[in-house]
Amino acid sequence: MPKLHVTTSVNGEPVEFLCEPFETMLDALRGQLGLTGSKEGCASGDCGACSITLDGRLVCSCLMLAAEAEGHEIRTIEGMAKGETLHPLQQKFLEHAALQCGICTSGMLVASEALLAKNSNPTEEEVRFWLAGNLCRCTGYDKIVRAVMETAAEMRETAR
Amino acid sequence: MNVVNNKWIGQRTIRPDGVDKVTGRAAFAADTTMPGMIWGKVLRSPHPHARIKSINTAKAEALPGVKAVVTSRDIVDFTIEKGAVMLGIQDMRWMCRNVMARDKALFPGHPVAAVAATTEAIAAEACKLIEVDYEVLPWAIEIDDALKADAPILHEFNKFDGKPSNIMGRIESKKGDIAQGFKDAEIVIERSFTTRPVHQGYIEPHACLISVAADGKTTIWSSSQGQFMVRAMTSMLTGIQQSDIRAIPAEIGGGFGGKTIVYLEPLATLLAKKSGRPVKMVMTREEVMRATGPTSGSKSTVKIGAKKDGTIVAAHGSFYLQAGAFPGSPIRGAVGCSFAPYDIPHVLSEGFDVCSNRSKVAAYRAPGAPIGAYAVECVLDELAEALKMDPLALRLKNAAKEGTKAAHGPVFPRIGYIETLQAAQNHPHYAAPLGKLQGRGVASGFWFNAGGESSAQVNITEDGNVVVTTGHPDIGGSRAGIANICAELLGIDYKRVSVIIGDTQTVGFSNLTGGSRVLFASSMVVTQAADKVIATLRERAAKIWEIDPEAVKWENGAAHPVSPNAGQFEPLTLADLAEKAPSQGGPIGASVQLNTQGAEGGFGTHICDVEVDVDLGIVRVIRYTAVQDVGRAVHPSYVEGQLQGGVAQGIGWALNEEYIYNRDGKVDNPGFLDYRMPVCSDLPMLDCALVEVPNPKHPQGVKGVGEVPLVPVMAAVANAVHNALGKRFYSLPMSPPKVSEVLDAPTQQAAE
Repeated sequence: MPKLHVTTSVNGEPVEFLCEPFETMLDALRGQLGLTGSKEGCASGDCGACSITLDGRLVCSCLMLAAEAEGHEIRTIEGMAKGETLHPLQQKFLEHAALQCGICTSGMLVASEALLAKNSNPTEEEVRFWLAGNLCRCTGYDKIVRAVMETAAEMRETAR
Repeated sequence: MNVVNNKWIGQRTIRPDGVDKVTGRAAFAADTTMPGMIWGKVLRSPHPHARIKSINTAKAEALPGVKAVVTSRDIVDFTIEKGAVMLGIQDMRWMCRNVMARDKALFPGHPVAAVAATTEAIAAEACKLIEVDYEVLPWAIEIDDALKADAPILHEFNKFDGKPSNIMGRIESKKGDIAQGFKDAEIVIERSFTTRPVHQGYIEPHACLISVAADGKTTIWSSSQGQFMVRAMTSMLTGIQQSDIRAIPAEIGGGFGGKTIVYLEPLATLLAKKSGRPVKMVMTREEVMRATGPTSGSKSTVKIGAKKDGTIVAAHGSFYLQAGAFPGSPIRGAVGCSFAPYDIPHVLSEGFDVCSNRSKVAAYRAPGAPIGAYAVECVLDELAEALKMDPLALRLKNAAKEGTKAAHGPVFPRIGYIETLQAAQNHPHYAAPLGKLQGRGVASGFWFNAGGESSAQVNITEDGNVVVTTGHPDIGGSRAGIANICAELLGIDYKRVSVIIGDTQTVGFSNLTGGSRVLFASSMVVTQAADKVIATLRERAAKIWEIDPEAVKWENGAAHPVSPNAGQFEPLTLADLAEKAPSQGGPIGASVQLNTQGAEGGFGTHICDVEVDVDLGIVRVIRYTAVQDVGRAVHPSYVEGQLQGGVAQGIGWALNEEYIYNRDGKVDNPGFLDYRMPVCSDLPMLDCALVEVPNPKHPQGVKGVGEVPLVPVMAAVANAVHNALGKRFYSLPMSPPKVSEVLDAPTQQAAE
């Protein structure tokens, strides 16, 4: 079977690439598109290190075929900061030391941003259940949960 | 060093590698490519135990796109007969057989060949074309099976007590006379325990990208806990001399001990050498679960004798640890650490290293110590209950302190164990009320910590800033700690200090990141290098001012005359002196290499609250406090991070994590869905109480902190479950099926 030609948008930029029919979105991001911020920890949708959004919806890019990106809007960790300005979640992760090795961090941040887009005032339990699909083996999640909740509070304050 | 008025030590600064990691820029092992790169794949044994009669690679080599195939014939053989060849704690005889099976495959997942091809798909296809003729042999996975009289023997040359055996070795620590000790005892409690092997669970699978030029010059890009370990092991297994191998440390996506040995690098090097092309290899999660790590499963018996007033007089522990396919389980940690928190006159602690048909164990956070502590700390809980003593009071009565001689050898200097017990007693958590089906447990733990070889360079840039190069992969924030220390010593803003991890050809030999040694050792060399730089800066200022260097002091990032008597001069800042460097003697920098000494052991005491869902058998940790003597918290956030991460891993070990085997002797849950590590919704906030008793043998008082936090956890959780249910569990994990089984069993009085 010939390769498929895909036209899509990644982080607001128009993008075209060729892919095999069986290739995942994660493969295309990391391979053809050179966006290695999304990580492969399991390739089975269990660890969340490959989290991206598809038209604003949080998905594991390892569970999505690259060809499915056709005509949709993809956002990845690489699109989170605006130029030199970090997203408030990125800044708060740094201040709270909410990362150690950093391999889960891209996915955690993308998932957290998706949460705050839906729910600007999450409870601790809501944060914990939303992030239950993002494994972190280093931090015990404590500082991650605190960083997300504090960011939410600050963003609510800023939005007022 | 003045530990009170520090400007940067003790500050929660932003880590130097932070922005790269929150923006997706940081380059981990699988994130790099090279022009002309091809892909490597490993063919693995499907059998737990099989003799390899022949391997035919002809069909694979003939497949279009295949560029190279390697088997054990290509790997340097360290023969059994010639005896041990050690690299650190690893015997290369086992390492060469672990990276590629020779005469026998010893576990499902054991590599038997590797292929490099132009695409991953072709490499995978070629693996299927390799014909391996196996003679399948009987196998043993569990310790009890491996110890049976008629057990299949993995290593036929090995004898224990004069007979062929899977027990590969025994060690002991001894103090006093336990026979006498138990005679002196008024109460004796003896219990047996089992724990399951658990994987380190790093989220980043092993990966590497390797290029070998026609002249043998080799570049390795991989993530590991030691680029020098990667260089040395690859050199020994491929025959390429170390000076020709440049091992570049990628960012490491978690290790926890599991990346202290090589799996892929020697294979990719040989494939790259044969093919003339750079070769990339990335393990799947399934390969990680089948063929790397874990730490040992265990079976232990612990017997403790005490006086009625709670004075412990004798202790005996015997710890059988699963080594997996090759010798080398962490019996030293189990034997040495288990009783170390206590001042006991008569101790015998013995460890047995047992091989069986599963993957070779790798280090995991305080290797062996959590296994031993689980047994000892659970028995202490029963002892406290039997004596009607508070469990922390029992520990306090017997606590090791300055001058205590540990059974494993050392006489403790000033240590902070008692302080951790007192801090736990005084913590609001310890007095908080508990609800129905809730329980509280405590436990303590010890880890040796480590020093060893470390190298660093401190260089002043032309614009008067600082670059520090060390040789240890940063696994938990060590660059942030080094930046704080260097800024403190030089009296400048920490943002002016850039800390990087050098590759093997740009910085001096530095031993592995492991044993909780990195900040201890690297801050020692960085301190000495910074002191040399400061001496140079004072000399330069003295030369410019035409006064004696002794009359110049370094303060707040600038040279000043020590007193008005020395002369009236405007201070010369780091930037001033850097600018003048070319005319005043040249570049400013220093390099220091040491075999660091004086790493003192660390102690922690944990408090755990659980709630048990008796309908579903689910144990939930609802509150947790980890107290630890951390020496000096150079960057408190990352110290807390070590404690919290260790606790989370321990909770997984205690409650859920285990490999499930099918009837063919293969792991049936080689993925994150069924190998259940704690997720965010499984855990509460994890509180930390940092006790700081500075290490007198370190310039900043640093003690290792990373290993201790895993040591007490399983016992703390088990003791809490007992407190909640009135029933004791003697095996891990306390998973829902097991808890339900105990809850559903007819009530009976626990045997005393």
